[in-house]
Amino acid sequence: MSLLQLRDVRVRFRTLSSARAVLEGVADPFVDAVNRVSLEIRQGETFGLIGESGSGKTTLARSIIGLLQPQEGSVRYDGDELIGLSPRAWKKVRRNIGVMFQDPVGSLSPRMSVFSLLSEPFRIHNQVNLDLRSEVSRMLEMVGLSDDFAHRYPHQLSGGQARRVGVARALALKPKLIVADEPTAGLDVSVQGEILNLLNKLQKEFGLTILIITHNLNIVRHVTDRMGIMYFGRMVEQGPTKAIFENPAHPYTLALLSANPEPNPDARIDRIELQGEVPSLLNRPTGCEFHPRCPFSQEDCSTLAPSRQKFSADHDYSCHFPRNIPNL
Amino acid sequence: MNSKNILEIEDLNVEFSTPKGPLKALRNFNLTMSRGAIVGVVGESGCGKSTLINAIIGLLAPNASVTRGRMIFEGADLLRQSKQDLQKIRGQRISMVSQDPMTALNPILSIGDQMVDIQYRSDVSKSKKRDRSIEMLRMVGIPDPSMRFNDYPHQFSGGMRQRIAIAMALQVEPTLLIADEPTTALDATLEVQIIQRLKELQQNIGCSILFISHHLGVIAELCNYVVVMYGGEIVETGSVRDVFHRASHPYTQKLLECDPARIKEVTNTLPTIPGEVPDLVRLPTGCIFADRCQHTVQQCRDSEPELRYITPEHSARCPYSSHLVNR
Amino acid sequence: MKRATIKQERLRIWEGWLSVFRTIQRVVREPLGAMGLVLVVAVLISAIGADLWSTHDPNKINVRAAFASPSLEHFLGTDQLGRDIFSRVLVGGQIALKVSLVSIGAALIIGLTLGLIAGFGPKWLDNILMLLFDSVRSFPTVMFALAVVTLFGPSLTTVMVVVVVTQIPIYGRMVRSQTLALKTSEFILTERAMGAGFFRIISLHILPNVIGPLLILASMDIPFVITIEAGLSFLGMGVRPPTPSWGTILNDGYSYIYNTPWPVIAGGLPVVLTTLGFTFLGESLRDAFDPKLRKDS
Repeated sequence: MSLLQLRDVRVRFRTLSSARAVLEGVADPFVDAVNRVSLEIRQGETFGLIGESGSGKTTLARSIIGLLQPQEGSVRYDGDELIGLSPRAWKKVRRNIGVMFQDPVGSLSPRMSVFSLLSEPFRIHNQVNLDLRSEVSRMLEMVGLSDDFAHRYPHQLSGGQARRVGVARALALKPKLIVADEPTAGLDVSVQGEILNLLNKLQKEFGLTILIITHNLNIVRHVTDRMGIMYFGRMVEQGPTKAIFENPAHPYTLALLSANPEPNPDARIDRIELQGEVPSLLNRPTGCEFHPRCPFSQEDCSTLAPSRQKFSADHDYSCHFPRNIPNL
Repeated sequence: MNSKNILEIEDLNVEFSTPKGPLKALRNFNLTMSRGAIVGVVGESGCGKSTLINAIIGLLAPNASVTRGRMIFEGADLLRQSKQDLQKIRGQRISMVSQDPMTALNPILSIGDQMVDIQYRSDVSKSKKRDRSIEMLRMVGIPDPSMRFNDYPHQFSGGMRQRIAIAMALQVEPTLLIADEPTTALDATLEVQIIQRLKELQQNIGCSILFISHHLGVIAELCNYVVVMYGGEIVETGSVRDVFHRASHPYTQKLLECDPARIKEVTNTLPTIPGEVPDLVRLPTGCIFADRCQHTVQQCRDSEPELRYITPEHSARCPYSSHLVNR
Repeated sequence: MKRATIKQERLRIWEGWLSVFRTIQRVVREPLGAMGLVLVVAVLISAIGADLWSTHDPNKINVRAAFASPSLEHFLGTDQLGRDIFSRVLVGGQIALKVSLVSIGAALIIGLTLGLIAGFGPKWLDNILMLLFDSVRSFPTVMFALAVVTLFGPSLTTVMVVVVVTQIPIYGRMVRSQTLALKTSEFILTERAMGAGFFRIISLHILPNVIGPLLILASMDIPFVITIEAGLSFLGMGVRPPTPSWGTILNDGYSYIYNTPWPVIAGGLPVVLTTLGFTFLGESLRDAFDPKLRKDS
């Protein structure tokens, strides 16, 4: 059962004012940060949205939670269309989406105590008839923090502790979906597992659906059921995590997978080293946007943009010469 | 002092004075680096890596004091140098690359100007300096370096800026390059490119590298030796093979266990190290890791463990690890 | 259920006072902060209780006792008209504080509000407000004061209006730039993503984080305003004689400095002490407000 469905979502940013565009003869004064992305997240699963800087994953995530409005496409959440919603309607939807941003300490308002931070969601949505003290106690317990954390301030928390407060806060109103932007960023390796295990436990307990946005493939492998890889605003491959790790189709996926040095000095690495960097959005490559960096690009790649193809019922990709189909 | 060694740190102890008391950030630190060696320093928050680096380049905070120890760099004790002599060493014999390239790059000067500028100690002609800089930029993988020579830092992406910072650091052909988490802020595909460039450059120039990172994979790929730090002290030292394949300190073992890249089986319950980093003001008696170690016995809390040598080159600060060694 | 909320409210109020107390503690811990607090409190007490502490009627002329040196009768001596300087200084303090606190207070509140709205609100509103601020700022202060005086006649109110209008853009701009910086921070994004509205974010999340530097600026402006008031009073655009302000005491005393130095000292010293006091207090308040600088945590 599909909880979140995106169809051909496009998020554009203006680069020139309309007046200047006319003066300078620029036909299209926009850049596409997110370019016709479709994805589907099913109830109860964990979906990993992978991409590097400039891929558009952050922009896409912000559109899902309503901080940005896509210009085209459809975003359906729990049956409702989110694009075009009024601010009032958005407020209601927000009760049903929990959010965690990247910086564990920075996403907590610096002058508010943990108690105030955790009671924010209730206050925002006017649920002050509850006994907030016991609610906050319950929330702290749920994430494994003792009661006396309620009096602390964000700068007195370690990264892991701040992260837990963020998790508790996201789950305050018992939402169906959690959107977590780099949940393990800034955390030591020995602590990363704690947060991921916590999320996993709470997912099972509350039947949560989780969208994780990250560029860390190592955790994606263990923690997500399905994943989607973005490059330059497009979804280049999408499908079950296991399938993609075993049988990656898109060359970019291959490059990402091989860019993970194993903590093993004797490992032989068949690395695909990409040349160059992600091009600027203002200089969109022709054809397949990945072709200038693709080690396997051929003539067609620079003239024709690939369309979405299915490798299996669940696994699709956008490439003329996918790596998991020999002799194409 | 062995002339093969460029850096010998003996029993370095650094304390910070805080309102709550002295914070013992670095204790009993010993390290020997030979010419051309690439030594990795692995550790998590609070392990003392930053204190170590600041002590080496002489930029410790005003409330820090070195209570004991020596740091012999190319024959001279860095701790006993005058300010002027230290300045000569810094930037010439020892150079540094940090996590944020903008700490090295001046936003209002073109990169060309900056790269020529740092060669001020050399008295070749300006055009020769320019040529050297362009060659350096080419070696770190900046496309069209002669064309981009006059561009400003903000015109480059993060990955490019980091390469330029590395180019600047290596331009002076230092004896020692300190790289402090240089790739942490970069995407994986960029990281591998930069590590590759670093490897090539190191072979060309022959400098030693002190590479600080919490990314175990990169350390395994780049370094020959590794030092594992926890709570301000060294818990294990050895060649990369020894430490990764035959980890002898429970913390090292746990650290390797926790790295999701090493976990073959896909699992929903990732391993962690329970507990918190110790309070460095009120140090526990005994082993610094005792509170979080699974194998703690009474003796661990009574007295500080001695350094045990598994081989002459591989040591760990834990006496009980013989039956805990990984297969 | 109701009982729980009342208890919670009492707890919140108690926590509020506790944090004020803790802030004061932090201020007093630093030597400069303690000194500043002492000076400011002294100035406040003397000004508020000016009528109580005065030994004579500040306007009572007694030419025979002119230019007297300090004595038990006249603590700070008398001026050229035999008026008791001590009493005049106290009343002068009252005026100085009234002018500065009221006008800076008003400018602060209005500037803060406008700055928050400009920084966090829609771009068109920001553009209009910035245009307004810049226009006001580009007017030379003295000319503006002259214009106001011509319209409304010289008085205390005139001085205050001038101060308020010229200070609003300064505070407004400062708050606006801080608000703009905070607008993109992650905790604000999180609050927006949680559904917090415009007013909630401004008052609960932005305001507490911008008010610190603003208070410093404002507290350092207090002596500045006192000086302005003295200057305007001298130009005849402010307080008219015989009302004593520190400025007029200074100016009177300046003319007769060869007869007695006391009026000059009496007029100048309070200004110096008040300036030091508010400056020290302001700086240590800022340090006390910044949770990251707190050494007790």
